[in-house]
Amino acid sequence: MAGPDLQTVRAIVLITAIAAVAAVLVTGSYEVSHERIEENRQARLLDMLHQVLDSSAHDNELAQSRQAVQDLELLGSADPIDVYVATREGRPVAALFSSIAPRGYHGPIHLLIGIAYDETVTGVRVTSHTETPGLGDAIESQKSDWILGFDGTSLSSPPADDWAVSRDDGWFDAITGATVTPRAVVTSVKNTLLYFQQHKDELFRAAPSNGSDSSETTDE
Amino acid sequence: MNDLKNIVVDGVWRNNPALVQLLGLCPLLAITSTLVNGLALGLATTAVLIATNMTVSMIRGALVPAARIVVFVLIIASLVTIVDLLANAYLHELHQTLGLFIPLIVTNCAILAQAEVFASRRSVGVAALGGLSTGAGFTVALIALGGLREIIGQGTLFAGLDQLLGAGFADIQLELPFNGILIAVMPPGAFFGLAMLIALKNHLARNRQGLSTSTAQQAQPEDRLT
Repeated sequence: MAGPDLQTVRAIVLITAIAAVAAVLVTGSYEVSHERIEENRQARLLDMLHQVLDSSAHDNELAQSRQAVQDLELLGSADPIDVYVATREGRPVAALFSSIAPRGYHGPIHLLIGIAYDETVTGVRVTSHTETPGLGDAIESQKSDWILGFDGTSLSSPPADDWAVSRDDGWFDAITGATVTPRAVVTSVKNTLLYFQQHKDELFRAAPSNGSDSSETTDE
Repeated sequence: MNDLKNIVVDGVWRNNPALVQLLGLCPLLAITSTLVNGLALGLATTAVLIATNMTVSMIRGALVPAARIVVFVLIIASLVTIVDLLANAYLHELHQTLGLFIPLIVTNCAILAQAEVFASRRSVGVAALGGLSTGAGFTVALIALGGLREIIGQGTLFAGLDQLLGAGFADIQLELPFNGILIAVMPPGAFFGLAMLIALKNHLARNRQGLSTSTAQQAQPEDRLT
């Protein structure tokens, strides 16, 4: 009999059948889990945001107050970065920047920087980095309290000229064994403060005055 | 019965995938910076192993030589994707740590090897046992290496267990009275640690071999090709 031999036909049928079953199962488990994954992601984000801004300080839906801003020089990235705008009873409270410190020791350091409307820092956390374990990773809040040193600072306290690590005659503590890492973080926080100073009105103007408006919630 | 016992001993000890066959080293070396990470990846790998073995065994009658590997890879990739999704949904904290490495289970040759040489020739139950044993062997190696590196590198043990088992287990973490030697948790430490474990395994195996040869008068160590 002419045509493809039996082995080939069997192989094709088998692979097709397995691929179909696999597709169904993978799709099924995606359907089962994707809502929960999204919830987890949101909860994690909110958790992170609340580390730099007390949850009682605002009453809007923080995770949904996202705006995208872009400033290569001050925010550290040529791509737009996320800013979350906190309000309370419609009045501006703070803006939380996911800034990037581009000059870490091993590459960019991703930060979350909370800045209150009066231009003081409400908190800074490292969201991801590739600094040296045991040395540069002291910037993580789990490893040391160094990052908490930013709480309550502003461009007038310490004075803008003192925004440097003590090694560079600045105000902020140095980290033993790591010079580049804290320098990068301090610079990034300072630059974000500068950005906030210049742009805070437009940030809060763009923010929905009440938490009920959720035109920004286009999560895929 | 003896055959089943052999399968278990083979998977966990005699042909331990990590320490003897040296398979699956990519996830093994990358993830074992702490005991808990090792344990979690071991459990995920074991789940994939058992599921793969059973699936392969179920369809072994329909297998065609030419399509074998394609089918195995398809099955493994799908199962790993499913494990990845479920872990992301239900063990989210841990998934943050292991996230990058769960897809790497696909590259674990131990799973493909099991499917090829073992599961495709055995009944479903035996294949599941083989998967469980191999997975247990892999998990033991991961735990040992993770624990070793965590103690030496960080001076802690069981750090992060609450991520795996729930908040009640946060207190189990041990803090040893030293800060740790950094290199153990860095990539070179993984190689040093693995080398030490393999040496230890060989040493123990040789001692046992010495006993059994003297009693059973076996001249040659049996070469097992499973």
